[in-house]
Amino acid sequence: MDLAYTPRQKAFRKEVRAWLAANLPREPLASYDTREGFEQHREWERKLFDARLSMVIWPEALGGRGCDLIEWLIFEEEYYGAGAPMRVNQNGQLLLGPTLIEFGTEAQKARFLPRMASSEDMWAQGWSEPNAGSDMAAITSKAILSADGSHYLLNGQKTWSTRASFADWLFGLFRSDPTSSRHHGLSYLAVPLDAPGVTIRPIQALNGKQAFAEIFFDDVKVPVDNRIGEEGQGWHVAMATAGFERGLLLRSPARFQYTARKLVELYKANREVADRDPAIRDAVIEAWTGTEAYALSAYHTVGRLAKGARIGAEASTNKIFWSELDLKMHETAMRILGARGELTGDAPASVDAARWLDGFLFAQAGPIYAGTNEIQRNIIAERMLGLPK
Amino acid sequence: MDFTFTDDQLTFREAVSRFLMTEAAPEMLREIWETDSGRSPSLRKNIAEQGLTSLSVPEDCGGLGMDDVAWALMTQELGYYAIPDSLADTAYVAAGLIKTLAEGAGARGEWLGRIAEGSIRIAVGHPINPLVADASPADLLLLAHGDEVHAVPRAEVGIEANPSIDLSRRLARVSWAPAAATMLADGDAGRALWAQTLNRGTLSVAGQLLGLAQRMLDLSVDYTAQRKQFGKPIGSFQAVKHHLADVATRIEFAKPVLYRAAYALARDEAGADARASHAKLACGEAAWLAARHGIQVHGAMGYTWEVDLQMFMKRAWALDASWGDRGFHKSRVADAILADGAALGPGHTFEE
Repeated sequence: MDLAYTPRQKAFRKEVRAWLAANLPREPLASYDTREGFEQHREWERKLFDARLSMVIWPEALGGRGCDLIEWLIFEEEYYGAGAPMRVNQNGQLLLGPTLIEFGTEAQKARFLPRMASSEDMWAQGWSEPNAGSDMAAITSKAILSADGSHYLLNGQKTWSTRASFADWLFGLFRSDPTSSRHHGLSYLAVPLDAPGVTIRPIQALNGKQAFAEIFFDDVKVPVDNRIGEEGQGWHVAMATAGFERGLLLRSPARFQYTARKLVELYKANREVADRDPAIRDAVIEAWTGTEAYALSAYHTVGRLAKGARIGAEASTNKIFWSELDLKMHETAMRILGARGELTGDAPASVDAARWLDGFLFAQAGPIYAGTNEIQRNIIAERMLGLPK
Repeated sequence: MDFTFTDDQLTFREAVSRFLMTEAAPEMLREIWETDSGRSPSLRKNIAEQGLTSLSVPEDCGGLGMDDVAWALMTQELGYYAIPDSLADTAYVAAGLIKTLAEGAGARGEWLGRIAEGSIRIAVGHPINPLVADASPADLLLLAHGDEVHAVPRAEVGIEANPSIDLSRRLARVSWAPAAATMLADGDAGRALWAQTLNRGTLSVAGQLLGLAQRMLDLSVDYTAQRKQFGKPIGSFQAVKHHLADVATRIEFAKPVLYRAAYALARDEAGADARASHAKLACGEAAWLAARHGIQVHGAMGYTWEVDLQMFMKRAWALDASWGDRGFHKSRVADAILADGAALGPGHTFEE
């Protein structure tokens, strides 16, 4: 155990800090759940990419800088510590990206990854369907290979696809063997969202914006070259990609530590009001202890990964921990704000309270998406503790 | 930056675990509970023969010279097997204080040598604890008089036993008279020793609480996988699964907090107080949740003397308020994070 950063790691931190100080947008960007905000975030991603900071852990040839996971944690600390914008293309970069690196052909990697790193291509997910939510293996959307083997014909419906109204591509699972059931006979495909036969219908989320969408496929032709991994192996491809690393990358500790810092500031600025409810002080302390625990867990895990350990079902404890912590922090902020909490960003009396309201609304989704916390608890009980099904 | 243990440290932990598994089975704990002293000389002798009393003792005094980080693994094993002995008090907490003493203070060298060979029991009477654990069987007691640190032979100390619900704990109110001959340090030096000892005692208990949490989880998993109702193991029901998944999650996120605190102590970091308190809170909460959900999933059996769970539960309940209750530790964390200019948020987890 050696908890000092190396000179190289310190230099990297300094470089990232200096770059962010010089390049951060002066005004906060509009919400990326709007067309305008989405495009602003795309521009910002391009800027990050040009500095080779958009995907620091990817190899240089793919537009990254070949950083290890400790350097990635450092990047994230500087990024979120500086209050930089949310990352708009993470579903592609962090869910599809590693899958392509592991299962994609060289041609697919060259075609998709650099444009993903630069956010010239924005990616949406195609997992859930109206009747395949927590039970993802119940997928029925079909992708039938043409007789000449050149393309798939897609029919069906996907839903809860984040920012699909604005995205360029979709990746997801389709049933390529119509006689198959459950986890078998699925293929992992990349689908251009401007293809004929694709209809996107926005779904208004809790915040009133088009945060996600449902997508209909009517005889959509997708070239066979867009299949990632083997035909019928889609489930395996989707699940096998470094499950834990993926989960960790998507929800790095720095974002939550930043929220905790802001919450402590909010509490200190409003102590007279806040301390009338003694539970608030307790919750503020827990924001720090919880986010520190999450960060320490990430460093511990990254160290173990570097030594060749494999991380299994304990990844599910991560999902529960960050999502419930994030919700608790935002609930606490709402309680400190009191009557100001309900005010939207358009309300003059809100001052900057609406940032907490936005976060509070988004935090409601945490325990639901990416596998509900009930599903995660089942996974922990069955695969980590070995309890019977 | 490497926040993991070395293979040697992990192998050592494995060996300790295997040793305690055979030396301290639950049946044996029950036998020890029945004795007047609550201590087993043969268990202590076996522990000493394994060299476990010598971990903290510097190598030039016959010990292994290990630090708080190694103890963060060791104390978890002591908790997991609910070892009814003051091993950690003597070999970790007291040894930590004594080795910090100036050369020639008291019988520093002799005490360290005897700790290493396992021929001395030392009880620590830190002012945070109103009663002293294991005062009666001790050979020597480290006691506080204001800032002063005294080393008092057992014969000079009056003892009033105060039974705990955890029969492994033997607590006493002590009476004694400070004398120049017993004083090891005073003033700033004494204050610093007690402050450092408070953190070490805190971590010692935190590690044990985490080990207890894991043991209660394991016992609960075993029980619910066996016990059948409605024709199925009750562990297949989601309501039961989710109770235990919550315990597993709490344990998972307490571990690295304990390790970070141990490192802070070993390096005498400025933020060590808050780190140690954080560890105690996290481990204590994990242990209490493991007890609460453990007894629930054991059903009525969990409320009996017969089932082993009780021994681990009671120890978790008892240790939680030793070396500072939650209010004390929460206040220390609050003082640190609410201070003006406190270094909070991303990038301050390791850097000072």
